Amino acid sequence: MSAPTSSAAAVALLAGRHRWRPLEALPWILAVAAFFLFPEYRVLGSQVLIMIGFALSLDLILGYAGIVSLGHAAFFGTGAYTAGLLVNAGWTEPISGLVIAALTAAAIGLISGWVILRTHGLTLLMLTLATTVILQEIANEKDEFTGGSDGLLFTVDPLFGQFAFDLEGNVAYLYALAVVAILFYVTRRIVNSSFGFSLTGIRENTARMHTVGMPVHRRLVTVYVISAAMAGVAGALLSQTTEIAALNSLSFERSGAVLIMLVLGGAGRLYGAFVGAAVYMILEDRLATIDPVYWLFWIGLVLVLVVLFARRGLFGVLSDAVAKAGWRA
Amino acid sequence: MSATILEVRDLHKRFGGLSVARGIGFDLAAGARNALIGPNGAGKTTFVNLITGALKPDAGQVLLDGVDVTHISQAGRVKRGIVRTFQITSIFKGLTVLENVCMAVQEHQGLAAAIWRPFGSNRAVIEEAMDLLSGLGLTDHALGVAQELSYGRQHLLDIAIALALKPKVLLLDEPAAGVPSAEYDILLNVIGDLPKDIAVLIIEHDMDLVFRFAERITVLVDGTVFAEGTPDEIATHDGVRSVYLGGEAHG
Amino acid sequence: MDYLLNVLFSIVFDGVAYGMILFIISVGLSITMGLMGFVNLAHGAFAMAGGYVAVTLMNQAGVPFALALIAAFLAVAAFSVAFERILYARLYGAGELDQVLLTIGLVFMSIAAATYIWGPSAQPITLPAVLTGRIDLGIREVPVYRLFMIVAGAVIMVALWLGFERTRFGAQIRAAVDNRRMTQSLGINVDRLFTVTFAVGSGLAAVGGGLGVEIWGLDPDYPIEHLIIFLIVVAVGGLGSIKGAFVAALLLGVIDNAGKYLLPEFGSFFIYVTMIAVLLLRPAGLFGRS
Repeated sequence: MSAPTSSAAAVALLAGRHRWRPLEALPWILAVAAFFLFPEYRVLGSQVLIMIGFALSLDLILGYAGIVSLGHAAFFGTGAYTAGLLVNAGWTEPISGLVIAALTAAAIGLISGWVILRTHGLTLLMLTLATTVILQEIANEKDEFTGGSDGLLFTVDPLFGQFAFDLEGNVAYLYALAVVAILFYVTRRIVNSSFGFSLTGIRENTARMHTVGMPVHRRLVTVYVISAAMAGVAGALLSQTTEIAALNSLSFERSGAVLIMLVLGGAGRLYGAFVGAAVYMILEDRLATIDPVYWLFWIGLVLVLVVLFARRGLFGVLSDAVAKAGWRA
Repeated sequence: MSATILEVRDLHKRFGGLSVARGIGFDLAAGARNALIGPNGAGKTTFVNLITGALKPDAGQVLLDGVDVTHISQAGRVKRGIVRTFQITSIFKGLTVLENVCMAVQEHQGLAAAIWRPFGSNRAVIEEAMDLLSGLGLTDHALGVAQELSYGRQHLLDIAIALALKPKVLLLDEPAAGVPSAEYDILLNVIGDLPKDIAVLIIEHDMDLVFRFAERITVLVDGTVFAEGTPDEIATHDGVRSVYLGGEAHG
Repeated sequence: MDYLLNVLFSIVFDGVAYGMILFIISVGLSITMGLMGFVNLAHGAFAMAGGYVAVTLMNQAGVPFALALIAAFLAVAAFSVAFERILYARLYGAGELDQVLLTIGLVFMSIAAATYIWGPSAQPITLPAVLTGRIDLGIREVPVYRLFMIVAGAVIMVALWLGFERTRFGAQIRAAVDNRRMTQSLGINVDRLFTVTFAVGSGLAAVGGGLGVEIWGLDPDYPIEHLIIFLIVVAVGGLGSIKGAFVAALLLGVIDNAGKYLLPEFGSFFIYVTMIAVLLLRPAGLFGRS
């Protein structure tokens, strides 16, 4: 515990927490560099970026508000299918497609969140799970609209009427990069706002927040809706760039994967989403192609080890190491 | 004769077969310094929960400043001025001490819904939180994590959070519980220095604290008000003695 | 009319049989979650392990069905004790998220291990002849094995119920579910209580896994495939309640069966709707304590 030399210093420290630091440019520099350095991996790269966006949306509710959800794919998948259904209904412009996907996912988030966020613990966990599984069952059943287990195939117009999505993933990568950058900016502002700060209170001690006069349920639903919208954008990005909306975008497995990515990287830090999604997706790409059983075993083991020994995730470990190095220097 | 700020009328509450509040009637004057005592199981905690809205009564009313708040939620009552602290401290353990108080200040000032402007730009909020902390001698611990505070200081933090909410009525639930003797005097001073316009009700077992602090004492036994009066009246009340003060004081 | 009655009877009978297996597997999860508040998503892995132990003993070593099930119970119970002491006990105070993540990690590892050892395809099982075929109950003819499942489930239910309600051990468990701190302060070793309960619960899951191979099949995806239904039974029944697990398992078994029979395109839709309805009306489940 380091005591400040004056209370003014303490105030200044807290007041300056939201300022941009130079190191924050690093992930974006790396993302642009990767585009040029690894041209054969642009398709994978765009999917990593999309997962980062998805993981950021989960960090809002999990890392900051403390809502444990096993069903966040409900919103991801809603976005994915909305993007496809729009095209099949005649609306083929991609960017407005993203916006409409976000709004649709937000609506689902509002309805489900309003109802289930009155509960907590195992009950809430099960209800989040139920949300995504029910949506998946509906998508499976209404196969005349959704393509059922074959998925929904569609193609959006070229971006800005000029840049068609190509097989090498060039347009997809830059599209995803731009959209995720916007998602990140929005998330960062929310997290650093008074609203975002109040969420950490819910996470730390929900009961106490009631007794300091916070309308807890309303606050939780608000962040849930925003998070759902963001997840919807990520899902729409995926289906637009891969030209298919599949049932697994609504699955429990997808929800579990993004949860693992976030925890692996470190929840409640924003940048944990970057580290976790990148590491998970790249490892999966490498290991699952060698042997899916191998991949499953190792990711399971990593998860167990992270929970037991590196609870703040890879980013937590990294930032601790950097901090220590900073002190020594 | 001060105005009555808090009025409780004929509160009843049952849990299954157990009656925990049997027609409690109670008044608190503005600026009062009252204490609520009673043996274990008397229903003191239930009573506090009924006042703050954590529990809804089966019958009866709670009025704040003449307004019926019986059907208003906990958060709603806090906004109107009924604030409590906790016997087992309930703070935000993973946040810093300063952040703990900021949480309450920004909520009270209605700033917590702002979703775009950075929290840090509300310097007034942070400065007010800092002022509250210095009033309680916690300045040096402001940037420390709340979990690492000594137990006595955690109680002080709890009080800081409560004061940040600008209460009209402050319910202190066993503020001395578990506080080591070394920090006891600081706590007494803090309670003694509470703003005079706040009506304070202390629920306590610690008789030193009660008799040093209270202007009026209410004795709760078995879910009803057994006796009420000045400290002298209660100290010499035969019934109270036998029910409660006859043995050694708790805490 | 007779046809309708036949259909109704089949749905209920099969549903109850299915529900009995759900009960045998899920009751352990309900008690351990109610007792220790530990979210164990790997419970299905213990059921799977039981299935594999039983099937391997029967297919490779010619062990009779009943003995194989008992061996499965003992092996998995013993194994689970090691797990509980070495891994789970470290997370009892931790948040729900940590427990979810740890146990999901264990599930992944168990699926990978099972695939590696036994391969990805479903395991064949040959039931003893006495349990095959159909039997005439007078009013109807029913498959023998389904009847066996119902009887086995009922017997286990009664045994658990008596153990829970009539023994001192059971009383201690009930007390600890109700108020762990108070029970500890009475001098009862809650940790040991939990280890034993966890072992019995996991052993029962193993037996259920073995019993269920005939109707559900057994492949390495088992823990994830069935995880959700186990959790639903526990959530709907209420944590820490044998009666709750029993009622919920039978109810969900019948509803799921009815749904799959009458509206198969909807899959398991109806059990999710049931769960949502129950949890919104009674968040602690049918027999849970809030």
